[in-house]
Amino acid sequence: MLVDLSIYELSDGLRRKKFSAKDIVKECYEHIERFNPTVNAFITIRDKDTVLKEAEEKDKNITFDSPILYGLPYILKDSYNTKGLRTTAASNILRSYIPPYNATVYQKLLDVGAILIGKTNMDAWGHGASSENTDFGPVKNPWDISRVAGGSSGGNAAAIATRMAVFGIGEDTGGSIRNPSSWCNTTGLKVSYGRVSRYGCIAYVSSFDTMGPMAKTVQDCANILEVIAGKDPYDGTSSPKSVPKYSDHLTNPVKNITLGMPRECFGEGLDSEIRKLIYDAAKEYEKLGITIKEISMPMLQYGVPVYYVIGTSETSTNLARYDGIRYGQGRDKFSKETMRRIMLGTYALSSGYYDAYYKKAQQGRTLFIKEYHKALSECDAILMPVEPMPATKLGELINNPIQNMLADIYTCQTPVGVPSLALPCGFTKDHLPVGMQIVGKMFDESLLLQLGYAYQKVTDWHKKSITL
Amino acid sequence: MDRYEPIIGLEIHVELKTLSKMFCGCSSDYFGHDPNTHCCPVCLGLPGALPVPNKKAIEWCVMLGMALGCKIPLFSKFDRKNYFYPDLPKGYQISQYDKPLAINGKLSFSYKDDKTGKIEKRVVRIHRVHLEEDTGKLLHAKVNAKDCTLIDFNRSGVPLVEIVTEPDIRSSIEARGFLKKLYQVIRYIGISDADMEKGSMRLEPNISERKIGEGDLPKYKVEVKNINSFKFAKKAIDYEVKRHTEILEKGQVPKQETRGWDEKKGVTFSQRSKEEAHDYRYFPEPDIPPIRWTEKYLQSLKESLPELPGEKIARFMKEYGLSEYDSAILTDEVAVANYFENSIKMGKDIQPKTIANWMINKKVTIEKVLPGEFINQIAKTLKKPAMDEKEVVDIIKQTISENEKAVQDYKSGKENALMFLLGQLMRKTSGRIDAETAKKLLKKNLG
Repeated sequence: MLVDLSIYELSDGLRRKKFSAKDIVKECYEHIERFNPTVNAFITIRDKDTVLKEAEEKDKNITFDSPILYGLPYILKDSYNTKGLRTTAASNILRSYIPPYNATVYQKLLDVGAILIGKTNMDAWGHGASSENTDFGPVKNPWDISRVAGGSSGGNAAAIATRMAVFGIGEDTGGSIRNPSSWCNTTGLKVSYGRVSRYGCIAYVSSFDTMGPMAKTVQDCANILEVIAGKDPYDGTSSPKSVPKYSDHLTNPVKNITLGMPRECFGEGLDSEIRKLIYDAAKEYEKLGITIKEISMPMLQYGVPVYYVIGTSETSTNLARYDGIRYGQGRDKFSKETMRRIMLGTYALSSGYYDAYYKKAQQGRTLFIKEYHKALSECDAILMPVEPMPATKLGELINNPIQNMLADIYTCQTPVGVPSLALPCGFTKDHLPVGMQIVGKMFDESLLLQLGYAYQKVTDWHKKSITL
Repeated sequence: MDRYEPIIGLEIHVELKTLSKMFCGCSSDYFGHDPNTHCCPVCLGLPGALPVPNKKAIEWCVMLGMALGCKIPLFSKFDRKNYFYPDLPKGYQISQYDKPLAINGKLSFSYKDDKTGKIEKRVVRIHRVHLEEDTGKLLHAKVNAKDCTLIDFNRSGVPLVEIVTEPDIRSSIEARGFLKKLYQVIRYIGISDADMEKGSMRLEPNISERKIGEGDLPKYKVEVKNINSFKFAKKAIDYEVKRHTEILEKGQVPKQETRGWDEKKGVTFSQRSKEEAHDYRYFPEPDIPPIRWTEKYLQSLKESLPELPGEKIARFMKEYGLSEYDSAILTDEVAVANYFENSIKMGKDIQPKTIANWMINKKVTIEKVLPGEFINQIAKTLKKPAMDEKEVVDIIKQTISENEKAVQDYKSGKENALMFLLGQLMRKTSGRIDAETAKKLLKKNLG
């Protein structure tokens, strides 16, 4: 199967004419036709013939100098604006919205000749950790279709796990790339805030939103990130820091690196199978000459409240533009979960409550940032779980709003802005995938990718694929 | 009976004439263009679009703050002001809340008191100057025989500076005097046309009244919106002051509210009461990093400020020996002041004082006559031999006989008639006599 190959191998094969972009695209559509009716990963699938024609065009024009993603089929979370192609953010509010402009990330991928095959399902506006809060039907976990795929970028992870595309672009605000990656046995990178332009990706929490790669392997993520990262004149919060050639540094030695494991992450509330799998991963790292160190992060428990007070505050105003006047749909079309978040945020920002909630949360955020800085001064990166439990049953999270939020306990360090790589580290007895995450210093994506790459060299969890 | 004094503060909105809008690359020169032709995803507030602030607009706002004697805090930021209105595409306006670009300034000005005819000098403190974005515009129209409201987003996102004064103003004429001075300063810096007819300068007086002798500010205030001329600002204030006095004299307190100005009827009307006041849920705009100035950068902005009206008046008095009154007239518009100084450069052997007199008395059309031509005109006249008194008296007699009606008017006490006759006389003598002598002789001959 071609789509099992890495981006590097595919790109090389295209250049050497071992196979064509058309062959890869065809395979993706075969998988879509086979698996998508069950897992429901897509909101919009582009017309197959049109995409095949694009692939033929790429095959005709490919040269040895073509960019690495040239001719490779990929998918975008449906929060990215795509000119002329419906963009819904998985909400009925934008059910028939066709944007007149392109998100910067999409434009960059167009420019390097990657081939978009569709827009994927997600929790509406990013509101969720299960891809059930969608007006287009929940995404099902390809490893067990009675379970959720995780969220909010659930469609991406499910599609990559079933090889419906070579890679995907997700968006992570409080775990939205890492959570579905860990539940679907894929690899995803939440980048540092400002590393990749947010322009044109429909905002959830403007000060936490990050745009990142989702793929089969760490190496693929590196290849994607070096294309999409960088300063964007259309995003005032994008960083002017130069973009390293991540893929060139993957094999840098990781010896003498110290990985911290926060005591608080492995205590009560964590599934015991997951705990064991991450300890096993730590042992693998020790074999690679890495020092494992126990650290303490007592502030960790405040992550969820800080994240949800600021997050709902910002989303309540980010969604104010859907006031019923312009996009053809009334405000009654917001889902219950989204209405809850709008109400919470509106309340937190109201006069008389601002100091007690929003301001307090910002103060908490400052403490939280300090906590991470302190932790990351004691080690080079932090190893921790992505989720406290494996993929939940359909309906379990969406019907329990509090549990839904608490699922973000390990991924809501987004108020800090630091990057984090999620990658597969094993399976439960019930054959459900488990992921771990490595959290790094601001703009230290390079080290995270090196650590992930080293792990995937000596393990093959990420190679396990699905038999639906 | 108690006597009351008005307590007036002003809020003024001014659109900056930067080439592009506040947060996107669209042209901000929207006036008179077809609706929705100056728009992009950013100023339409489309999903996913992000604002990137206009550096020039920020610098101009700071420069205005400096010209108004404000302190420029080294830290400033934008905030979201949340409210729903169809002309506001994002559901919030990007504005500034607790960290404006400029604070604590003052503006001195003088104005003529209509009643006493005296020139009064005043200082009004400036509370703050901040930057925000303008909204779109609603058009109420009939489409296919149906009443509709249409939205034009050309104005959406145009940079808008808000200037807020302290409640230091005590009369409508004072308010007008302040506004005229502010208008002058804005035009001097060249950051806005401040054209009130086009809506690029909008005035909102806040009015209340207290008993004379009371020190505290009244517990209420009334804001009047939609005023687009200095004249209407004065009228609206006068209307409100009268209204408040009547209510207070009945032993009641006027309602705290926002009122509109009906320019046809010359009255204000209630728009929104305190109970309906918005909770704007201000919070820091997460899409725009805060602004941190260095002293050095602020200094360079300060140095780039042009000479301001007050400084120019002082210099004209000192450098050219002009009176304060003449200097004020010549510096009213910066274009006129520049014309005056260019003329001085051109006519080296003509006294600045003479050039000033010509400019003030002859009302030269600076758009049509180049300074060089103007100097030639003066030089020509100056070369003509002065007229002797007999020659002048002959012309006076001729003027008197040709303008019997004006002479009658003058004799019945109309001062204006004398000015008219003087004008006729000056024309006949082609400016070969000075106006003062001519006036004296004319009066003598009129008996």
